[in-house]
Amino acid sequence: MAAPPSTPAIEFRDVAMSFGEKLVFEGVSFKLGRGETLFLLGVTGTGKSVLLKLTLGLLKPDAGQILIDGQDIVPIPEVELRPIRQRMGIVFQEGALFDSLSVYENVAYWMRETGVTDEDAIEGRVREVLGFVEMEAAIDKMPAELSGGMRRRVSIARAIVSQPSIMLYDSPTAGLDPVTSHTINILIAKLRDMRHVTSVVVSHRIQDAFFLVNFAYSPETKGLVPVGSDGGPKQISATRFLVLRDSGVYFEGDHDSIARSGDPYLQKFLV
Amino acid sequence: MGDFAKRSVLAVQEFLYLLYDSCRVILTPPRYLVDTLVQMDTIGVGSLPIVLLTGFFTGAVLALQTYRTLQTFGEAALMGEAVALSVVRELGPVLTALMVAGRNSSGIASELGSMLVSEQIDAMRALGTDPHRKLVAPRLHATLLTLPLLTILSDFTALIGGYIMSATVAHLTYDQYWTSAYTSLDYQDVTQGLIKPFFFAIVIALVGCYFGLKTTGGTEGVGRSTTRAMVTASVWILVLDLFITRFLIGIGFA
Repeated sequence: MAAPPSTPAIEFRDVAMSFGEKLVFEGVSFKLGRGETLFLLGVTGTGKSVLLKLTLGLLKPDAGQILIDGQDIVPIPEVELRPIRQRMGIVFQEGALFDSLSVYENVAYWMRETGVTDEDAIEGRVREVLGFVEMEAAIDKMPAELSGGMRRRVSIARAIVSQPSIMLYDSPTAGLDPVTSHTINILIAKLRDMRHVTSVVVSHRIQDAFFLVNFAYSPETKGLVPVGSDGGPKQISATRFLVLRDSGVYFEGDHDSIARSGDPYLQKFLV
Repeated sequence: MGDFAKRSVLAVQEFLYLLYDSCRVILTPPRYLVDTLVQMDTIGVGSLPIVLLTGFFTGAVLALQTYRTLQTFGEAALMGEAVALSVVRELGPVLTALMVAGRNSSGIASELGSMLVSEQIDAMRALGTDPHRKLVAPRLHATLLTLPLLTILSDFTALIGGYIMSATVAHLTYDQYWTSAYTSLDYQDVTQGLIKPFFFAIVIALVGCYFGLKTTGGTEGVGRSTTRAMVTASVWILVLDLFITRFLIGIGFA
């Protein structure tokens, strides 16, 4: 699966999607390069979550192509999607942890599904990824005992067990207080800057997006530092913005063009 | 009207596909034996108290009711036969299935429904698991394995209930009751009573899974699915019972 480095990690070509009579969107096309971050904005019902599910192949579009690392996943049957999905991790809106399983088993789930039986190997890996999201203390807890922010962090841990090169986040900070939101943003930046993961972030909060454009993860301070300052990387990979509106792409561009755009509709997202 | 017919045909098609898919997955790994055992515990062992109670009281009340009729003809000694035949052929399988449906079709629908609306089923698919394999098949197999056993136990407690009434109300002896019950039963009666649970098990498990996986509209939708699963499963058990009985009589089996 060695696609050339110039191949986009994710590419949508003229994708149309509807549920029964209801059109969600049509003619959606965009490309996202490796390591880049895409912020997906739009009001409720414009199909942001649907777009994430299409990327994973959880839903099939009515028309168009969806290419992951250059491979069109639309005609691939569910059973053969597994190796492609393995390269992607998804964090659902409320975390979507399996509530009958402990945090440990949730994170270990993928390894068990792939047939790993060596318990030491599983435990080692589970502790490693829980350490990455700083949730090792909750290893034996059940999802119901966790707060919303903790649940999402465990969900990120579960998603990164397979070391995906693409991460999809569905409203990762929705409904969280500013402090908890910040810890989630740190994790998104950490995966982007340390693992060079391609990210798609569905968000209602453009502050999160601008924050991630201007700050980078610093392994020394274990927090975010302004891009280019001491201890942080000199530059970070590109961040792109995609705004969905009225069954299609309303805006696509980088941080500067959305910030400077005088468009009244986009202005509503900026305030 | 046309819309209703279309939806009904579609529902039957999806239901049969679910059945096909949960049988097909037995052929290839992964098989999720642990999940099947857990479901056998939940569905089988969990339903045991309610099934035994239902059996006992059905048998007891059946004995009381038939006693009146039989007494008119001076044939109270046939109480064992009356209870055994109606319980083993009909009431045991149907009432057990209805009780298990009430407890588990709804339970399965609400469990899968909540997993669906909280995106756990999508998360499962994203992690490479086939939900039919992991969730539907173990529930179907567990119900198929446990419902016939529950039916046998329920039949037995019904006979005990019948005996207690025969001994206390009609003053029958132990031998009178049990000999009459035992000799009245043919192999065909027992087989008929044990064929039915397999069909009922398919209805109980898959109606629950079907409505659970079709849930829409958040937590409110879960409540709706739960009720619809229980009602649909119960009605189908009664309808199927008539057809199976008619079919078995038709082929000269009963």
